[in-house]
Amino acid sequence: MDVLSFVIVGHVDHGKSTLIGRLLYDTDSLAPDKIEEMKRASEGRGRETEFAYLLDHLEEERKQGITIDTTQVFFKTDKKRYVIIDAPGHVEFVKNMITGASQAEAAVLIIDVNEGVREQTKRHSYMLSLLGLGQVVVVLNKMDLVGFSQQRFNQVKDEAQKWLASIGIEPLVYIPISAIRGDNITKRSENIDWHKGPTFLEILDTLKNRLSAKDKPLILPVQDVYKIDDNRINAGRVEAGVINTGDSIKILPGGQTTQVKSIEKFIRKPTSAVASECIGFITSDSVFLNRGDIVCLPGSEPAVTDRIPASIFWMSRRDLDKAEKLIIRCATQETTCKIEAITKRIDSATLQVIEQNAGLLKNLEVAEVVIKTKKPLAIKDFNDVQELGRFVLVRDENICAGGIITTVR
Amino acid sequence: MTTELSHLDRLENQSIFIIREAYSQFRNVAMLWSIGKDSTTLLWLVRKAFFGKIPFPVVHIDTTYKFKEIYDFRDKYASQWGLNLIVAKNDEAISKGMGPKSGKFVCCNELKTVALKQAIAKHHFKALYLGIRRDEHGIRAKERVFSPRDEDFEWDYKNQPPELWDQYKTKAAEEEHLRVHPLLGWRELDVWEYVKRENLPVVELYFAKNGKRYRSIGCHTCCMPVASDADTLEKIVEELRVSKVSERSGRAQDKESDYTMQKLRSLGYM
Repeated sequence: MDVLSFVIVGHVDHGKSTLIGRLLYDTDSLAPDKIEEMKRASEGRGRETEFAYLLDHLEEERKQGITIDTTQVFFKTDKKRYVIIDAPGHVEFVKNMITGASQAEAAVLIIDVNEGVREQTKRHSYMLSLLGLGQVVVVLNKMDLVGFSQQRFNQVKDEAQKWLASIGIEPLVYIPISAIRGDNITKRSENIDWHKGPTFLEILDTLKNRLSAKDKPLILPVQDVYKIDDNRINAGRVEAGVINTGDSIKILPGGQTTQVKSIEKFIRKPTSAVASECIGFITSDSVFLNRGDIVCLPGSEPAVTDRIPASIFWMSRRDLDKAEKLIIRCATQETTCKIEAITKRIDSATLQVIEQNAGLLKNLEVAEVVIKTKKPLAIKDFNDVQELGRFVLVRDENICAGGIITTVR
Repeated sequence: MTTELSHLDRLENQSIFIIREAYSQFRNVAMLWSIGKDSTTLLWLVRKAFFGKIPFPVVHIDTTYKFKEIYDFRDKYASQWGLNLIVAKNDEAISKGMGPKSGKFVCCNELKTVALKQAIAKHHFKALYLGIRRDEHGIRAKERVFSPRDEDFEWDYKNQPPELWDQYKTKAAEEEHLRVHPLLGWRELDVWEYVKRENLPVVELYFAKNGKRYRSIGCHTCCMPVASDADTLEKIVEELRVSKVSERSGRAQDKESDYTMQKLRSLGYM
């Protein structure tokens, strides 16, 4: 059975955790003691049954009635298994939302139909588009608060549609729901008989997994080298394509060529391995590989460059100063770098260009930049091989930005 | 000729990737082996990651209250798999009679967390592999794959570092050590299906005797068996496919109050 991971994003208090709690409850996915705990904790705080407590497990989250950090829960239908990633909606925790979204294959954007599109609705969906999460379902929640009004639904839908079109997201569907009451979650709502589209559960079962990269040319970043019984075993994960014993391979950025003498697994020596497999391999010549080397096929090499044009999103309370040195990590490659140019500084909640050719970047801003790296890196367009088309920037051992490469020369 | 990887293959490969990432960064690491099904699965994955030759110690935090079957299993496989086994105990607390009667919270903290602190101080480990899973407990569902602990071992769950794609945290100076969680994305059922597929040995207590079996094992003083007739791996897998009872429903430390687990974990508990 396929497993699909999706993230739920949206503005604070628009009902993300409640939607997941309701979904788990209505599909009978919960252990009796978990339901007991939710009810007890809800009563303890003098509330009606609070579905969000199924996910908001931190004492502080329950006290404040907000989600602080991202959570993953499992859930299944007759057709599919899911990993649901709940993300916090508060502006203070956007980095946790991005952490959650970076693990997902699809996204659900939730909007309180009473409040309409808000700051985090915009920021979160913009982050989805940067992260390449194009498979998006929009649910308009709290329909009960607007008397299940089709007119209000259409108003907010139009508002959302305009924004999403501006960032290149075309949602699969807009569904009117009430998470707290269970309308159009697993059952078709009698209150919303004008909605002819799918329920939330029905649309989930149509979501698709990310395509495997196995039909692309080989990309294998070296993770480590182990010396075992006089052999140098190069360890790494096949990120794209297939590797076979006997293949001629090229090592970037050095450019040496050699052959695959054997593929190594524990107790086994398979003759080939595909994308997503972690393997060891031994080369026929004594070529000394190191962590960060990228193995590929001669003739199908990724670009090797020390100047990387990219979009980045800054996630640190301390500004980026254009003059400072950072560390860039792309797959297993790592080197120091500087931001050579901040071509555009963008407000992630409005898309407004704050400044061109800027000297700094502030928390939650997005920017188009050119990065100058100390050592050259092997890179690919994000839409071709994600693993070589995305990177993080690290300062003082903390990830402070994520980046996407979409224009490889 | 290329086939799609199965769900278990994907989990296995992701775990091996994480295990190798942590070793590549830290070298001076260790794995915690509670001898339960999860950490025994983790141990198997670690063996796979390093082609059978684990380049670091395996640590058992021994409260001295474990089931006899656990000690027997530990000694048998530590020898058979050639493990560099470190048994860590809080001798001082044990000699003063610390036990669950002194209070479950204080006992867990003294005999597990403090014993772990002592072992880390002695061996200067920079990172520890743990076999925790998100579906075990709501608090564990909030964990990162690489999770820092400060010098007091505290888990700053309100301010966790971002973790994008497969890029994990590196250790900063003020951080005591990192917890590495290669099994975070596995479910209980995945573990059992994997144990079955790989034909892994597990402690006998998991199999039903006289209508009862343990779903989760630890100290004999604080673990209760659940009603079950599952006396083979096939039956356990089948039972979990339909069961709705929580895995840790037999574990006392989850029950003291709603936030006991959060408090234990924020102080450094596994």
